[in-house]
Formats: sequence, structure tokens, C-alpha cells
Amino acid sequence: MPDTVLTASEPPARSGADLRVLAVRWGLIVLLLGMVGFFAAAEPAFLSVRNMVIVLQSVSIVAILALGVTCTLVVGGFDLSIGSVAASALMAASYVMVVWEGGTLAAVAACLALGLLVGLVNGLLIVKLRVPDLLATLGMMFLLLGLQLIPTAGRSIATGMSLPDGTVAEGRFTATFLALGRHRVWDTVPISVLVMLALAVAITVFLTFTRWGRVMYAIGSNPQAARLAGANVERYKIAAYMISGLCASIGGILLAARVGRGDVSSGNSLLLDAVAAALIGFAVFGAGKPNAVGTAIGALFVGLLLNGLTMMNAPYYTQDAIKGAVLVAALMFTFGLSVRRS
Amino acid sequence: MSLQIEGMTKRFGTNTVLRGVDLALAPGTITAFMGANGAGKSTLVKIVAGVHSASGGTMTLDGRPFAPVTPSAALRAGVVVVHQIINDNVVLTMDVLENLMIDRLCAGGSPIFRRRTHRDEAQAMLDRVGLDVPLSAELADLPLADRQMVAIARALAHDPKLLILDEPTSALSDSEAERLFAVLEGLRDQGVPILYISHRMGDIRRLADRIVTLRDGRVTGDFSAPLDYSGAVRAMLGAALDAAAHDRVPPGPPVLTARGLRVLPGAAPLDIDLNAAEVTAIVGLVGAGKTELAETLYGLRRPLAGKMTLNGAPYAPRHPGDAVAAGVFMAAEDRTGGSIVPDFDLARNVTLPFLGAFSQFGMMRRDREARRASEAIAALDIVAQGPDDPIASLSGGNQQKVVLARWLTRPARVLILDEPFQGVDIAARRDIGRALRATARDRATLVLCSDLDEAIELADRIVILSHGALRAEQEAGALDRTALVHAMSAAA
Ligand SMILES: Nc1ncnc2c1ncn2[C@@H]1O[C@H](COP(=O)(O)OP(=O)(O)OP(=O)(O)O)[C@@H](O)[C@H]1O
Ligand SMILES: [Mg+2]
Repeated sequence: MPDTVLTASEPPARSGADLRVLAVRWGLIVLLLGMVGFFAAAEPAFLSVRNMVIVLQSVSIVAILALGVTCTLVVGGFDLSIGSVAASALMAASYVMVVWEGGTLAAVAACLALGLLVGLVNGLLIVKLRVPDLLATLGMMFLLLGLQLIPTAGRSIATGMSLPDGTVAEGRFTATFLALGRHRVWDTVPISVLVMLALAVAITVFLTFTRWGRVMYAIGSNPQAARLAGANVERYKIAAYMISGLCASIGGILLAARVGRGDVSSGNSLLLDAVAAALIGFAVFGAGKPNAVGTAIGALFVGLLLNGLTMMNAPYYTQDAIKGAVLVAALMFTFGLSVRRS
Repeated sequence: MSLQIEGMTKRFGTNTVLRGVDLALAPGTITAFMGANGAGKSTLVKIVAGVHSASGGTMTLDGRPFAPVTPSAALRAGVVVVHQIINDNVVLTMDVLENLMIDRLCAGGSPIFRRRTHRDEAQAMLDRVGLDVPLSAELADLPLADRQMVAIARALAHDPKLLILDEPTSALSDSEAERLFAVLEGLRDQGVPILYISHRMGDIRRLADRIVTLRDGRVTGDFSAPLDYSGAVRAMLGAALDAAAHDRVPPGPPVLTARGLRVLPGAAPLDIDLNAAEVTAIVGLVGAGKTELAETLYGLRRPLAGKMTLNGAPYAPRHPGDAVAAGVFMAAEDRTGGSIVPDFDLARNVTLPFLGAFSQFGMMRRDREARRASEAIAALDIVAQGPDDPIASLSGGNQQKVVLARWLTRPARVLILDEPFQGVDIAARRDIGRALRATARDRATLVLCSDLDEAIELADRIVILSHGALRAEQEAGALDRTALVHAMSAAA
């Protein structure tokens, strides 16, 4: 066999290529820091601990949903139902406490069970019936959006509301449950932020360092090869959708605890923000694939942007346009550079 | 037409692959391009085809400067290429007709695509290479050999002025290859220069008018008639090739037995024993049921009838996971589709089925993986920078070695290798064969080949399969090659 000798006399790769590699790896982080610098210069209060906590709190629920979607992206799927799972969990928690007069545990358990069940059904539809992932989860999204309205005939759930059968709902949100959304550890850090951090660490460890995460990435890259290597692809895919459903229901619980009532329209924008966060995550550190750290940073990116714009009194109707523009620019910058032909 | 390449160089990052290649292709000649795995053959082809751009050097086509920026620019100039990775040449989610007509679709014309108007033309393209498949068959459902023939049919329909084929026969059986050769000879007689890359000496003996050898990115030999084949092999390897002879090992007790097994509808039931320490090769034409048999043993499909036992116990895997857990491993035929995980690096591709052995409390141990990968790189002479190399940066033959290394990672009870030598160079084939035989002691090894010479080189016992049934069986040492060839073709 010939040995490929690498002679030192060959010139190293052009510095242009090196620059590109650097840009792909650090581009998004630089953009993030630049954005923070800009807002901080324009509005010194932007960097205050108080404001940072607000940002983290608003980011946390989006990030939790996005972490779930990341798991489905890793196995080559996609979950469009997360927003409606979160909204349904919010309604379920309210219903359990307000209408059934249940306790905190019952409410939380009902939500988690709901998330897992929806994930299981999504997974079964995709794996067993071979419904394309986008269609299956889109259908599930509509189904849930409609289903959550039926028990209350389309109205929001609050103590004292009258039910379709004529009785009046007497229950109320328990103090413990509300604390999940309102209590602050050491008077600064909201619980939702802690939950988000814990989930981010757990999912990062799971995806990057465990053997199961490894198999999930293999499935996303070449499902047939994973199958022929002995992996039970179907089970892994179902598990990914269940993780996604679970994360979305945790997001819904935290949202319910923050809002304190079963508001029908809460969580409308969660899906798009979470998907944006997960996709921006592809670009973080030049990963080029779904990853939990990137997703968390992506959520932070979106959150900081919105918060900064609000602080600078940008009119609300311009915010979506600016958010979109920055998103497209960020993705262009990183993806466009990384797929250049050699 | 004639192509002139001068001083071509190519670097990928710090890895210099071509170091100043001069090559002229003259009209009406079939030039065989030989080189070990990773020598740079495909890289050169991709530069001519406009897939990569050269780092240095010039090309002229009929005296005019030629530097295609895109594959379609090369195609417009009349340079037609069939690439080595078969799935790169076809669209798996489209059917045969659409694949054949895809260039027409991209080239403009009527905005409405009517299958009827293209049917005759597509059928003529298939007839030219003698391929008999329905036009409505989806490519993903066709065996690798048929996909390759579709790609070749499409290439030929371009009316090439210069034709380059990168290992076109690696998935073909003899009869299909023979049909391809006849077409190529026709083109040569019309004056088309052809560059033909292959690791099969049989092809080269049959076709080549001239042999050019490449080693480590440099041309090391240029032979014209009368061709000195062993000289060419020496020039390509930088050393002489040692003989492939091996002694037949006495078989141990049966490990896997099948009784009354039926893998194809309507086929006669099949009995076979795979014995410890023995390397059994099954040869047969495409469609003979080789792959179906392998897939049945590996739990990818249920037998239509019959029973299997493994070490005496009933064996009925429902899933490849069951097979792997029972110690039955299989390297699939379709390397890109069924083995390689493109997003993974070399090490992760090697360890994929055995993550448990490379982790602790569920956490992957990268150090163990890297050690195993380095071991594999050394043992199988894989041309790579190291365990962290993205798998896509390896040459085709070296990717194949990674797949073999994967399944040699843990001791197997039964090791099934479906076309293990696709794209592997002659020297590496010897080395791998030796490695397989050296480790075969405690397992039963089953090799599926469409190339009889490969089977003879490797096996203790050769079995011929046709229409899902066993036809003839011969032991190494007492081989009657003509009888085998006869049995193969008579069965067809
Ligand atoms: N895209 C790429 N990036 C980095 N390195 C590459 C890339 N493509 C090829 N190489 C390297 O270039 C070398 C030559 O590869 P090439 O595919 O040309 O070999 P080959 O002669 O066709 O071998 P084979 O017989 O195995 O097909 C290999 O060492 C390979 O690792
Ligand atoms: Mg090649």
C-alpha cells in the first residue's frame, strides 16, 4: 500500500479558507455579542441584572420547547405540534385545578402525561403509519388547538366561570403551582430559568455524550445505515417525539404558572420562536446540525433581540420584521459560507 | 475529441492529493486508469467533470482551454462522467423514466412533462445497455446493479465526446459488465476517447488499449500495447503483488444452519451449513437471491419457509438488532445507502453497531473509539489523516475498508459480507482477504460475490446460487473454474 506522505514543502491552506472556517464557527457568536454591545451602548439598563433576568425568563419557555424540537430534528424529523401541546398543557393544568379542584401534583402530572401521550401518538403516526413528519405533527397541532376549546366551549378558564352544564367552577390555581411561575430563587432567578438550564444540560449530555444520543444522530444522517447497524430506528424516533412532547408540556406548565389562568390565546407565538431558536442552533459554533447548546443560544439570541428592541422603544409592529431580517442574515452568513464548493 | 491535462494539482486543506498530473486522452482509445485506493483517481475525474476546481495546472479540450466551473459546463462541452458513488448518479426518489429523462427536464423544452412522449426514447436507452426493468420502477427499489445501469444508460444518451467511467462495474455481474463493454467498444470505434477506472484486472484485460497508473497523486506509468499488466500493477503499487494462494482450512462444527429455507417466491428450498473457521463464498448472477439470502440471515426479511439454527438453538431474528445481539453481523452491499453515516467521522462510523463496548454508564468514551479507529486505520491500511476525518473525505475504496473495519470490531459468530470488495484495490483486497482469513477461526464467514475471481481468492468453499436455490458447490484447492462458470450461466 502506498503511504500518503504529507510533505512539509506543500504550502498550507490559503488564509482565505481559514478565515471562512473561523467565520462559520464563530460568526453567530460574534453577531450575538455585537448585538448585545449595540443595545448596551444605546440603553445602559439593557445589561442590568434585572433586565437580564427578564430576558432569561422570557427565553426560558421558548428554549424548553426548542430543546424538544431539537431532539426530533436530530432523528431527521420535525415537530410542529409543540406550540399547541404547550397551549393544551396550559389549559389542562387550569382545568384540573379550577374545574376539578385538583392539587398541584395532579395538574403537573396531567400535563406531563398529555405531552408524553401526544409525542407517542405523533411517533406512532410517523413510524407505523408512515405519515410524513410535517403532516402528522401539523395535523396534531390543529387537533389539539381545537380539542382544548371543547371542554370549556371555547372560553378561557378562570375561577368563577360558569361551565357548559350550568355549574360554576369553584377551584383555583394552587399557591405552589403559581410559585413555579412567580417564585424567584435568591430573589432573582425564576424557577423557569432553572428548569430551562437543567433541561439544556440534560439534553446536551444526552445527545452529545451518551450512546443513545449517538444513535439518534446516526438515524438523522442515514436511517438505513443505523438500522443495518442494529439500531431499533422506530423506537428511537418515537422516543424523540415523546421527549419533544414532554418538553412542550413542561413549557406549558411554566406558562400556566406565570399567566395564572387558562387563557385560550396564550402561547401563540411559541412554535415559531422555538423553531427559529432550534434552526439558529445549527449555525452556532459551525455545528451544521441540530444541537442542544446551539438551540439554547439560539433562543437567547431571539430573546435578547426582542428585549433590546422593546427597550429601545421600537414600535411593536416593526419587531417581527427586524427579527426576521436578523434571522435571515444570521443564517445566510453561517450556512452560505459553510457550503461553498471546494 | 482529445483531452490534454498538464501539471494538474489539487489540495484539500493541507492534504495534497494531486501533485502535477500530465495526461493526454486520444480519440478512439480506451485508457485504463489504475491506482490504489486514495491515489487521487476520482479527484482527477471530478476536476474534469467540473465538480471540483483544480488548485493548479491546465486542461485543453481539442486544443482549446477547458476549465469547467460546474458539472453542466463540462457536460455541454461533451464530457460525460459516471461517478464512482452510484447513488450520486441517480435520483433515488424518482422512477426509471424520470431518471433517464432528467437532463431533458433540466434542459428546458416543453413546460409540461408527458411521460408518454418520452417512453420510447427511455426504452431505447435501456435497450442499448440491455437493462430490463419497468420504466415506472422507483430507483430506491432497484438493486445497486440496476441503478448503475440506469446511470450508464443516461450517460451514454448524452452522446459523449469524451467518456469517463469511475469504477462502473463495481456492482455489476459478469453478464451486465459484458454488455457495457460491448457498448464501450462501439463508442471507441466511433472515435470517442474513454477513461476507464477499475480495480478489476478482468475488465482491464478485456478493454484497455492503454494503461496509465497513478500513485500518490503522480503518474507513475504509461503502458501501451502490448500491455504489461504485472508491470502496471507494480507501477501502481510501487511494489510487486504477492500471490493470493491460500490453503483450505478444515471446517469446524456448523455454526449457522438453514433447513428448507426459501428466500424467493417459487424457489426450491435451500439447505446450507455455515461452518466455523470456514469462509464460504456464494456467487450468482444479480437476481439469484444472494442479497435476499443475506437479508434473511440478518433479520431484514422473514424466510418464506424453513428454519434456521445458530449454535444449535433456533434462530429467527426479527430485526438486525436481534442478529447483531446474537453475534450475526452483516456488511451491506450498498455502501452509501446502507453503511456509511455521512455526518459522522471515521471513528464514529467504525463503532456504530457496538456503542455499548465504547461507553461507560451510557457515556461514550471517545478515547476508546479513537484507539479502535487508529487500530483499524493501521490494520486495513486506510488512507486517512486520522480517526477524526469526516467519512466523506475518504476515497471510495477507503470508505469500504471503514465498513469492513466496523464489522471486525467485535468477534462475530457469523460474519456476512455482501460484495465486500467494491472499489477496493488489488493489494488491499489481498490484505483484507488475509485479515479475514486470519480472524476467521472462531466464526463462520459468508461472502457474497458477483465476481468469481474474488470468490476463488478468498474462499474455502464456493457455492453457486441461482433463483434462490443452491446449484453447485466446490472446495478451494479442487476448483474447476469452467464448471463453475458453466453452472452460473446455465442457471441464469
Ligand atoms: N472532499 C474531500 N476533502 C478532503 N479530502 C478529500 C476529499 N475528496 C478526496 N479526498 C482525499 O483525496 C485522496 C484521493 O481521493 P480519491 O477519491 O481521488 O481516490 P481514488 O484514487 O479515487 O481512490 P478509490 O480507488 O478508493 O476510489 C484521498 O486521500 C481522500 O482522503
Ligand atoms: Mg475513487
